[in-house]
Amino acid sequence: MDRDRIETVSLRWLRRLVIAAFLVVTLLPFWYMLVLSVRPIERLLLDPGSLLVPFGELTVATYAEVLKSVEDGGQGFLAFIRNSGIVALAATALTLVIAIPGAYAVSRLRFFGRRQVSALFLAVYLFPSIVIAIPLFVVFTRAGLRGSLVGLVLVYISQTLPVSVYMLKNYFETIPVSLEESAAIDGAGRLGIIRRVSLPLAAPSVMAVALYDFMIAWNEFLFALLFLVDRPNRWTVSLGLSLLADGVEVPKTVLMAGSVILTLPIVILFLASERLLTEGLTSGAEKG
Amino acid sequence: MTTTAPEAGRSPTGERPRRPGRRPLTLRRRESRAGLALVAPTLLVVVAVIGIPIVWTVVLAFQRVRLATLRRTGLFGELTLDNVDRVLHTPGFADTLWTTVLYSAGGTVGSILVGLVAALVVRRPFRGRTVVRASMLLPYVAPVVAMTFVWQVMLDPQLGFVNDWGRRFLGWDEPVPFLSQESTALWTVIAFEAWRYFPFAFLFLLARLQAVPGELEEAARVDGATPTQRFRYILLPQLMPVIALIGVLRFIMTFNKFDDVYLLTGGSAGTEVVSVRVYQFLTARTDIGAAAAQAVVLAVVLIVFVAIYLRFFGGRREGA
Repeated sequence: MDRDRIETVSLRWLRRLVIAAFLVVTLLPFWYMLVLSVRPIERLLLDPGSLLVPFGELTVATYAEVLKSVEDGGQGFLAFIRNSGIVALAATALTLVIAIPGAYAVSRLRFFGRRQVSALFLAVYLFPSIVIAIPLFVVFTRAGLRGSLVGLVLVYISQTLPVSVYMLKNYFETIPVSLEESAAIDGAGRLGIIRRVSLPLAAPSVMAVALYDFMIAWNEFLFALLFLVDRPNRWTVSLGLSLLADGVEVPKTVLMAGSVILTLPIVILFLASERLLTEGLTSGAEKG
Repeated sequence: MTTTAPEAGRSPTGERPRRPGRRPLTLRRRESRAGLALVAPTLLVVVAVIGIPIVWTVVLAFQRVRLATLRRTGLFGELTLDNVDRVLHTPGFADTLWTTVLYSAGGTVGSILVGLVAALVVRRPFRGRTVVRASMLLPYVAPVVAMTFVWQVMLDPQLGFVNDWGRRFLGWDEPVPFLSQESTALWTVIAFEAWRYFPFAFLFLLARLQAVPGELEEAARVDGATPTQRFRYILLPQLMPVIALIGVLRFIMTFNKFDDVYLLTGGSAGTEVVSVRVYQFLTARTDIGAAAAQAVVLAVVLIVFVAIYLRFFGGRREGA
């Protein structure tokens, strides 16, 4: 009894302590980012240790500067947001259009090479993206796609497709076949079944996949760097922030405002859909 | 190719009762065609944008190519072992490989340990659990560029609060340039890795923990097992297969990682991992052949590691 009692009581306290520590460690960088984005740089240099905005220091001039276009003396993040938005939305929409029929086929139809498709996707993940970056860099340079957002969208689709197909496939498999059979008996064709039966039932999962794709495309850095680095008017938010952060000209507080702008859409999307996303990604994991 | 019927059909149209004659065959064939047609766009994109480039990289690795001479080199130009030879004997390559291994192993172990602790503490319901769980996932979903930037500023010798606090409260004499001195840079990058990717392990471990039947622990408790014993003998064995799986996945992902190191240190101060080196060869030297050769070496090393891992752990898991 003694050891059990001691352990139970001390673990109860330890648990509270650890939860508090986790909250601090995970949230502190986000809080710090927010605080720095509304402090003037001169004040930050004088008092770098402050984790609160000292009274009277609050400013939103940083946001104004980071958003304004370069001609108006800003950093042009508004244009970056537009680029990132276009790329992420286009990549998400196209990935879904391609992945939904693919996932349906893999989950329902017997065709030559069906098993190999999943294996192929897994094998693809073994290779570093820098490996595929080299030929793509070469081909895109030749085809004139380097420096264009179209090339980037194409790469993002290929990066998100395997996981999208996998997640959708898992969901399609949980839909009872009998539902589709009755639609087939009523005379619906294959595409009709997908559109009228499977898709509405899979709506939550499609939503989760869309959010996942959007986040990957919005956050991506390497390919944006490789393809767009010498085209400042095509920069995405991620690329713009990282390139400006390399120099010394732009004050860090202004760039912090930039990172808040980069992070906020993702955090909002994530918090709004957390349950949906985590269930989509880990479904099947509890089977061991 | 579709005449054999390997398994019971799960397709709505495939499950209709078979009639004698040739009709079932055409149904199967039609199903097969529909399947191929529906999966074709996916395959096309993956093969064109990922498959072919991988093969091409392997070819490039054995060619003498620079960006300037690229137009003159065909896909099957003269093959040479020159690049591989040069890459393996360039000074610093062995160091880079060793750094990559340390970085991947450190990042993997760190993120799994932190994720395991996190999963254990939020396992049982308490007030505010949803909020805690969601905030624990934030480092993983937030954009890598923003996160590395915040860490850079946080650890900055002049601007960052960490050095300010260290000097005020911990009595540091000098500010510590965490990301630019050899003795701390790699560890800082590994700490970042553990911080950013523990949610991945946390998610999967939490899902698995919640599937452990309550009776198991209850029975152990009745038998007098203390909480730590219950963890050691009941929960941990249940979690082991998932931990092994997350281990492989995280190792592969970290091994291939470019963004984090590049953004935090640019590969300086003893943190140059192979993918950053490939990038340098590709952009700074425009030596495509050497870059491709390094990338191929990276992939081969990774495949060897994973094969060894599966040989030792994959087999044991099936036997258990």
